[in-house]
Amino acid sequence: MSVKLLITVPLLLSAFFSFAQEKSYTQQIEGTKLSFTMQAIPAGEFLMGSKKGKADELPVHRVKLDAFWMATFELTWDLYEPFLYKDYETSHSIVPVPANVDAVTRPTKPYLDMTFGMGKENHPALAMTHYNAIQYCKWLYARTGVFYRLPTEAEWEYACRAGSTSEYTFGDAAAGLADYGWFKENSGGKTHAVGQKKPNPWGLFDLYGNVGEWTYDQYAADFYAANQKGVAINPVAAPSKLYAHVIRGGSYEDTPLDLRSAARLASDPVWKQLDPQIPKSNWWFPEAPFIGMRLVRPVNTPSKAEITAYYDQPVIADY
Amino acid sequence: MNNEELREKRREFLKSSALIAGGVLLNQFAFAGGHTSTDDTIKIALIGCGDRGTGAAFQALSTTQNVKLVAMADAFQDRMDNSYKVLFDKFKDKVDVPKERRFIGFEAYKQAIALADVVLLVTPPGFRPGHFEEAVKQGKHVFMEKPVAVDSPGIRRVLAAAEIAKQKKLNVVVGLQRRYQTNYTETMKRIEDGAIGEIYSGQVYWNSGGVWVKKRQAQQTEMEYQMRNWYYFNWLCGDHIVEQHVHNIDIANWIKGAYPVSVQGTGSRAWRTGKDYGEIYDNHAVELTYADGAVIYSQCRHFEGTENRVDESFQGTKGKAYLSAGNHGILSDHKGKEIFSHPTKGNKNPYQTEHDELFAAIAKGEFKFSDAERGAKSCFTSIIGRYATYSGQTIKWDEALNADNSLFPAELSWTANPKLMPDEHGLYPIPTPGKTKVI
Repeated sequence: MSVKLLITVPLLLSAFFSFAQEKSYTQQIEGTKLSFTMQAIPAGEFLMGSKKGKADELPVHRVKLDAFWMATFELTWDLYEPFLYKDYETSHSIVPVPANVDAVTRPTKPYLDMTFGMGKENHPALAMTHYNAIQYCKWLYARTGVFYRLPTEAEWEYACRAGSTSEYTFGDAAAGLADYGWFKENSGGKTHAVGQKKPNPWGLFDLYGNVGEWTYDQYAADFYAANQKGVAINPVAAPSKLYAHVIRGGSYEDTPLDLRSAARLASDPVWKQLDPQIPKSNWWFPEAPFIGMRLVRPVNTPSKAEITAYYDQPVIADY
Repeated sequence: MNNEELREKRREFLKSSALIAGGVLLNQFAFAGGHTSTDDTIKIALIGCGDRGTGAAFQALSTTQNVKLVAMADAFQDRMDNSYKVLFDKFKDKVDVPKERRFIGFEAYKQAIALADVVLLVTPPGFRPGHFEEAVKQGKHVFMEKPVAVDSPGIRRVLAAAEIAKQKKLNVVVGLQRRYQTNYTETMKRIEDGAIGEIYSGQVYWNSGGVWVKKRQAQQTEMEYQMRNWYYFNWLCGDHIVEQHVHNIDIANWIKGAYPVSVQGTGSRAWRTGKDYGEIYDNHAVELTYADGAVIYSQCRHFEGTENRVDESFQGTKGKAYLSAGNHGILSDHKGKEIFSHPTKGNKNPYQTEHDELFAAIAKGEFKFSDAERGAKSCFTSIIGRYATYSGQTIKWDEALNADNSLFPAELSWTANPKLMPDEHGLYPIPTPGKTKVI
């Protein structure tokens, strides 16, 4: 483990919750000059879904979650490219790339320019598939020894709400959204460097807009119905099919309605229609430049077998 | 026209195209042998069973016409097996390719072409001129991927065959799919109507992180290694300025409605310097000069970790244009005021559209597409770009087109040597501007 514990970020003031872990931290990627920060998200209970949104946000139900850390920012190209390009990783490493890192399967190089001209430095990495996002976590595990994964859909909404019950953390009306996110009206049709807007009360930036963010869950419009009695504890719709998975937060292309804390988006095979090859790439969505990812680390680290099982699920070929 | 009439017209069309084919004697027996369809099924042969070839077959079989894949050809058994399995699993009875119609080897294409009405030519580009000639000779409609050739002699062969295809009324679609993508067609229509005046300059880019590389395996002959790792050898690929950047260079030619008279530029290897990367460069910067004096700048590179872009910008006397494969199509005046903007969402898949339109024309018995000439000329623009960067000289179109500089091996077999061979360290000779002669 190479976790450096820093001073507690004084944003976690919701004494309302019991804290299983108190400290946010910076994760170094050993052997490189790269690092990223993780915010401590307390264990707690919240109301998931919304009565004011779309049908798939119903019913509003009680969810209880263990504590976790969530990345302060959406994953940037700076942190993603060493995984994408082996030669780049080698040339930007201070020490030789360890063998276990070298052994991780990397994405095929995208045929197109996957920044789509929107910029790279500090901009969110994008257009990766759900599989690609999980393989990135595996690479990071090999690099750091720390289990990073995608947030579950419940974790994402809980972290986004940060104790709020309104449509946005700052209220029900979209006025003021421009202080927190990049969306259709203010983005100029492209991504922006992460962290330029206000964070939510738990210190997380760009949850609303910029790029939509992968969650781990399979998308089912009626998934919440199964959870409406009592309290759902750490709920997850474990994925077993290639489509659809849940994306949260909305993007630079979306209207405020799709940026609400409870709004859900399902991944779509049409995002691969510009891939002319068969089998289609397991790694890229050439027509989804609006999808990115954000890392999560659970406080309760799973067993090594569970971690391996999480990363090494069989690839589902896409025809 | 009712369905029966339409079927009759299609039968006649498919027959008459084949009848003209190179003096082939066609009687009832020859038809039965599969020279052409005797019902209204459009028979397809796939030449080149890699991932893109399999993709092209997917698109052909996904059209709404009555189509059937009847033959396949590839140099490699494993590529054939993978492709066949995927196609059969997906399309079932639309794939009627028993083992005896899956042809393997360098000559396999001839037998597969003979069995079809429409052929998909999707091997590495170096083989395209020979395959296209054969398809035209046999009187077949053609979908062929870009690039259509990699050197001057190859381009001349494609241009000659393109003429014959026109005489025979054979539909030919070239996989420069931006020509079938609505943001390009809609924006170009407005430019041709004068929305931004005369185009006097432009910038076209393919800057990305590069593509796959295949490592040499111990048992491989040099021929097999180069065929497997074909992207890095010019007799097969033409360099990435030809293989990928031709898409953007074709847009430059389209917007000018012309081809450059001369080209000059510079390029080198910066990232891909090892023995896995054959002979090609990883960056080219080229100026295309047109007869009216317009200069369009082209840049392509395969660098890791740099800023990327794949798109096109143009400046006209009355305004400017921005286009990209991400469905952009924006026209504005010189002050930035928008004249036209194409919606980026909800567009059709251009790879599917090119097949939909080709097969619809064939089904209706129409002669509608003859892309080969312009495809060849845009590929040639890319090729002379490579000549310019390799030699460091200004390359004139007419002079270069007549060059006798074929890259193709004298003999095609697994044990024959390609023209370019590695040294004792496994490294290939790299073109050096000022020293390298290209024409």
